[in-house]
Amino acid sequence: MPDVLDRESPAELLIGDRERSARAEMRRQIGRLEGELSRLASEAFPRLAIETGVPAAAREPRALGLGELEAVRDALAERAAEARRATRARSAEEAANRQLLARMLASPADYKWLQISRGSLGEPGCGHWHSRPRFGLLGMLMGWWRVRISSGCPLSGRLAAVERGEPGR
Amino acid sequence: MSAEASRPAASGAAWQPAPEQGWVSPHVASEFPGLGIASVVVDGRARRSPEPVRRRLRGLSDRFYGSHAIHMRERPIPWAYRVFFRQIGLDPDRTRTPVEELALERLRDGAFKGRGLPGDALTIATIETGIALRCFDADRISGALCIRDTAPGEALAGRPGELPAGTLVIADERAPAGLLFGAGGEGLGVGRETRRVAVAAVQVGGVPQMAVDEALWMVAATLEAA
Repeated sequence: MPDVLDRESPAELLIGDRERSARAEMRRQIGRLEGELSRLASEAFPRLAIETGVPAAAREPRALGLGELEAVRDALAERAAEARRATRARSAEEAANRQLLARMLASPADYKWLQISRGSLGEPGCGHWHSRPRFGLLGMLMGWWRVRISSGCPLSGRLAAVERGEPGR
Repeated sequence: MSAEASRPAASGAAWQPAPEQGWVSPHVASEFPGLGIASVVVDGRARRSPEPVRRRLRGLSDRFYGSHAIHMRERPIPWAYRVFFRQIGLDPDRTRTPVEELALERLRDGAFKGRGLPGDALTIATIETGIALRCFDADRISGALCIRDTAPGEALAGRPGELPAGTLVIADERAPAGLLFGAGGEGLGVGRETRRVAVAAVQVGGVPQMAVDEALWMVAATLEAA
């Protein structure tokens, strides 16, 4: 009985309440971070694969303690920070590639044989810009350079022909 | 999804049978506000899906693209389940939420796999609403379904060993019927000898009651129409 009374002492109840509030706050933060991570992963796809997994805190579903919730929250925060860093780095790289493309379009001869893909600019599709000489060898000797834009993704019919080994299609 | 298919035959009046709200143990409910379980019992058994159900599943496969799967986790209901998985210690990228598991299967196999009834009915309702659904043989379930944590010494039928104390389970009045978002107890699933199916929807915080009701309606209507 003294044990029961001790457990129900106001101080214990206060600590219990505080812990419950702390766990609720951890769960709220986990929800917010999960939302942010999901948004970053969706926005980055397919340019960037964002890792969203964090180690499971339990093998079976159960109510986690404060320490375990903190560990999940911290792991998610780390993942979200990594995702933000990777997204920023990728955006900077794409911006630099766009500037490079602008310079190449303005002066193809300064960027001989350079090829910039749509993917490296963060654009969908398989096309690319390629600085090539006009009229082949003659153009190369004369310095007649231009940027050619590829026709995009191979057609499925052509791919099927390649798989079948049919020449000349 | 047609209105005829999504509503039971007696539409217009109150839907029969009405979903029954299960209980959540007070300790678990205080930790997870919004957690709930609702169930409905309909006549049905495990069998091959009729052509209309298979056609509907094919239609669902045809209008479900990779972009849906990619952006799924941003939608409120799939997001709510992902968050809940994190909160109960599961990693939703390893132990997939029901709707994400189906989406992954659709991308991997090119179509939603036909499982017969009641599996196909669950697939349709889960993809349409995002709600986590389970099926049990109603005649093997005793009383109302609930969500609670296990006491020391409790086990899941057909599974060796005891469940760790505090494991969250779906249970009937006697024993755990299955892990919450995990394996079910042996002998409680829907089989050839089943005559009545108990369809249970697990609701988590952030999931509207309307979506839960709709999911149960869909499954019940599909099973009743078949």
